[in-house]
Amino acid sequence: MDIASKSKKNTAKSNFYAIGFDLFLLVVLLLCALLALCVGKYSVSPSESLEVIFCELTGKVGNFTAMTRNVILFLRVPRIVASILCGIMLAMSGVTYQGLFKNPLVSPDFLGVSNGACIGAALAILLGLSGVYLSAFAFVGGILAVTLTVSIPAIMKSNSNIMLVLSGVIVGGAMSSILGFIKYVADPETQLAAITYWTMGSFSFVTMDEIKSVFFVMLIPAIILMLMSWWIDILSMGESEAKSLGANVSVIRNIAIACATLMTASSVCISGTIGWIGLVIPHFARMIVGPNNAKLIPTAGLMGGVFMLLVDTLTRTIGVAEMPISILTGLIGAPFYAILLYRQRKTLS
Amino acid sequence: MIIEAKNLEFAYSKNSRKVINGVSLSIEEGQIISILGPNGAGKSTLLNLIATLSKPDEGELFITGKNANKMNPKEVASVISYVPQTHVPAFSYTVFNFVLMGRAPKVGMFEKPKDEDFEIVTKALSDVGILDLANKPYTEISGGERQQATIARALVQEPKVILFDEPTAHLDYGNQLKTLRVIKSLSERGYAIVITTHNPDHAIMLGGTTAILDKTGHLRVGNSDEIITEQTLNDVYGTDLKLIYMEDVGRNVCVPPRL
Repeated sequence: MDIASKSKKNTAKSNFYAIGFDLFLLVVLLLCALLALCVGKYSVSPSESLEVIFCELTGKVGNFTAMTRNVILFLRVPRIVASILCGIMLAMSGVTYQGLFKNPLVSPDFLGVSNGACIGAALAILLGLSGVYLSAFAFVGGILAVTLTVSIPAIMKSNSNIMLVLSGVIVGGAMSSILGFIKYVADPETQLAAITYWTMGSFSFVTMDEIKSVFFVMLIPAIILMLMSWWIDILSMGESEAKSLGANVSVIRNIAIACATLMTASSVCISGTIGWIGLVIPHFARMIVGPNNAKLIPTAGLMGGVFMLLVDTLTRTIGVAEMPISILTGLIGAPFYAILLYRQRKTLS
Repeated sequence: MIIEAKNLEFAYSKNSRKVINGVSLSIEEGQIISILGPNGAGKSTLLNLIATLSKPDEGELFITGKNANKMNPKEVASVISYVPQTHVPAFSYTVFNFVLMGRAPKVGMFEKPKDEDFEIVTKALSDVGILDLANKPYTEISGGERQQATIARALVQEPKVILFDEPTAHLDYGNQLKTLRVIKSLSERGYAIVITTHNPDHAIMLGGTTAILDKTGHLRVGNSDEIITEQTLNDVYGTDLKLIYMEDVGRNVCVPPRL
């Protein structure tokens, strides 16, 4: 019984560590957010930036300029909120896809969400739309692409994961050709640049309205995924094993894919496509809290939020002109991923 | 009777041969059934059909009297545990969490296992004798230990029948015997057991019932000591095997001929 109580204690201990680590990440996230409020072309002191937010929330009148208020409330706060939310969404859906397809090498966009969203956004730019309309086009494009990917195996009457992954390759390939065509016909002076900029991801033009319009599309799937996280563990054992353990594989998989897709699509529609986060952050989180999705999903989410916020803050503070996000996430993510793979090479063989 | 299969037929595609051809089998409480058969005869296919992992083209399967077609995966999993050939999963769950997955039939889709489940898992781990491995990653233990963990996972499902797909494959002699002893003791505790094996000696040692699946997909079922004869073995494997009674071990031993 001695070992029994010890093993129970260890489980409790590891839960305690995971929650402790999440709290630590939350504190880090808040500190980074404060930092991000202050730095930039127009720098504001931490106390002043907090005062602006405090006054805005309570309706009091503070001792700061209108310029400071505008920079904080209309430029930085939406950007910070958007980058944190998108980081959380991409990391969480990355964890989910990796678990569902029992493959640590898949990323949130491998079913074609990002490519579909790019086409939607590029079409909107061709039509001269912007703002919320552009987001809506991107969102619908992403969902349509995944629907197409998921329905190919259904048409072929195959229920296997490999078929779904290959179907993702087919749809992704077709989508990038269509995107290429749109770029080819786009006006090179204005539209082409906008499309290219969008496909590299950016938070420069985010507004609070856009965030509000997708907030619940982000929140509800995230809650559902956290509730069913244990079943994602079971699906990661493989289809037939999961079924023999009593899992209704297709129902669980469809719900989880739908949630992860909504999360990725809503992230893509406010920021454009941002690579690497959904691939790298889940690995990093798994190294720290282990593979259980119940712990992994929240931890990876928080890490994704911190990472995205830091990268976005970097893009607007280094250099003269603002850089698209994917340039930095790729430059940081790729070597980082190589290091992670090096450390995990034994378990991946 | 826990499981009754009636005239099962199964082919991998429309024009290919029937791997399972008119197979009927009933599984009673505490019964051990060893399925023998040459490579490719469809032993694992038969096991998958019983576990409802594949659907038969023809015939019917009844699990505790209910038509298997009308049961959901959870209902099936509360009667049948399936011990697959061990493999290394993509993620390094601890042995404890791996075994905990066996509680799935009792956990709702938006729920997580509770304290009661943790206790049942702890008890199963100590039953199988691997409690000290509880917090080790499943990916980093030996093949024999992995199989013990998989057996523990099968037990926490609280099934009536446990199906083993070639439980002695990839194990050394010591671990093969250990596994056979565990299987025997499980049947003494009242579980019905079905195993597939390539080794007639294992079927002889386990006693009970042996079912021999041949290349035409037909199944012959009978008491192990009656059905395992030189004649049937030679038919099934196409070689001159000898069955020799050995005083020392008190049973028939299957011996291959000179090369």
